[in-house]
Amino acid sequence: MSLEDLYREVILDHYRTPRNKGHLDAPDAKAQGINPLCGDDITIELMYDGDTVGSVAIDGQGCSISLSSASMMSEAIKGKSRAEIEELTAKFRGLMSLDDGIDPGVDHDHPGAALGDLEALEGVRQYPVRIKCASLAWNVLAEALASPD
Amino acid sequence: MIDLSHLKADFPVLGDGVHFLDSGASSQKPIPVLEAMDRFARTSYANVHRGAYKLSVASTDAYEAARNRVAEFLGVKDPREIIFTRGATTSLNTVAFGWGLENLKEGDRILSTEMEHHANLVPWQIVAKRTGATLDHIPVTDDFRLDMEAYQQKMGPDVKIVAVTGMSNVLGTMPPVRQIADLAHAQGARVVVDAAQLIPHAPVKVDDLGADFVAFSSHKMLGPTGIGILWGKMDALQEAEPFEFGGEMISEVTLQHSTWAEIPHRFEAGTPPIIEAVGLHAAIDYLDSIGMDKIFEHDRALTEVALDRLGDVPGLKIQGPPNTIDRGGVLSMTMDEVHAHDLATILDEEGVSVRSGHHCARPLMQKLGVAATARASFYVYNTEEDIDALVLALRHARDLFGVGK
Repeated sequence: MSLEDLYREVILDHYRTPRNKGHLDAPDAKAQGINPLCGDDITIELMYDGDTVGSVAIDGQGCSISLSSASMMSEAIKGKSRAEIEELTAKFRGLMSLDDGIDPGVDHDHPGAALGDLEALEGVRQYPVRIKCASLAWNVLAEALASPD
Repeated sequence: MIDLSHLKADFPVLGDGVHFLDSGASSQKPIPVLEAMDRFARTSYANVHRGAYKLSVASTDAYEAARNRVAEFLGVKDPREIIFTRGATTSLNTVAFGWGLENLKEGDRILSTEMEHHANLVPWQIVAKRTGATLDHIPVTDDFRLDMEAYQQKMGPDVKIVAVTGMSNVLGTMPPVRQIADLAHAQGARVVVDAAQLIPHAPVKVDDLGADFVAFSSHKMLGPTGIGILWGKMDALQEAEPFEFGGEMISEVTLQHSTWAEIPHRFEAGTPPIIEAVGLHAAIDYLDSIGMDKIFEHDRALTEVALDRLGDVPGLKIQGPPNTIDRGGVLSMTMDEVHAHDLATILDEEGVSVRSGHHCARPLMQKLGVAATARASFYVYNTEEDIDALVLALRHARDLFGVGK
């Protein structure tokens, strides 16, 4: 395992040029999460389009892992239903080995399959202290989805 | 530069390729400290101040010898003024809740600073809420010093206690504690110094600080975790109530009422950190065998080299004074476009251990306008090679992130 595996180009690209950055005019749901240990701070706003996530905006500060994870997540959830997002979240947690013993339908030989760009975060697993960086946006997303419309 | 490189062999953790630059969080332990605790536990250990048997007497003697040794180290004439706690945090909480709850009331002011560690900040917030006193803070200037003009303006007869750090764990800044204490005393206020970073690194006699309470930890000065020190002037300690209650700290106990043991024992409820006290004793012996003035000079020389070398790393900013005037060996760094956490991960890959995050000083980080810094801090076992490794790793981080090319 090397640093180049952790800091893949796609991660650095999302870190330098975060997608869906900013705020929505009239979000249907909003949540903020901080990591009190390191000060990372992410806010997620959602607008629904029927059953699916129509728009998403992300704002905050953090390291390359937490911000790139948020950016890639924002792209992955757009146009997806809650059920599909839940499935995606389970796959992401599988990628991070966060649910050992629970099989969320992850192909363990290729845990990143179906995650697209997010697969690049696979290297984080080798740096346990950084898993919480990668997970922050996903925890905030779950909170936003659970908040009343 | 004073050459202390021979000391590294005393620290088993520090093998080849290990560049430990996080002594500000906790220091490594030399063999004499490890051996002293081991020997004591094997030959003389029992609970203290209780048994009539020989082992307990030997253990009590060792525990009290540690107290005397700390007193000697600090230039304190009366060892009863030395209280053993679980760490600097407990020492500061003892002042806040033991002294503060007893002596503060509505209308009083607590004056602290913007550069405090949470340990000298959060307890005062709670004490302010419980007593009705207000909490005010001396600001930090743009050049990372305490704003002494603002301090003079904020000082007044309603200020009952001033809580100040002896050395910032983020900036390395050493505020003029003596001057602060003198002004506070002129208004009748007590002064508590968080010396967790100061005492391990500087030749300090408590008389020079002019404070009423001084708090620090063993684990930052080559000793074990689990034991800290609170020094208090006897008349200040007499104004305080115990902060914890139970065994060891009492004199008479009935079902409804108790009286307290003499100072210092009334502030040491429960079984104290006995083996740790023996380790602390050995750590002080070790530090004194080097000489605290030499340690201070060594830290200063390393800081000077580091400030110079780090100044050549593009995009790197030191969050702290750019010189070694009234400054300790703590270097908080931020790098354009590379977050502190990423820095710490990349540095670690090259054997360089630094702390990343807010360093338990969130209000100060907000003031600095940064979410996190990567912090390198020096101690007796560090050498210029560690700085070389640090600089190299920082340059590597920039390459990896593709910035500044």
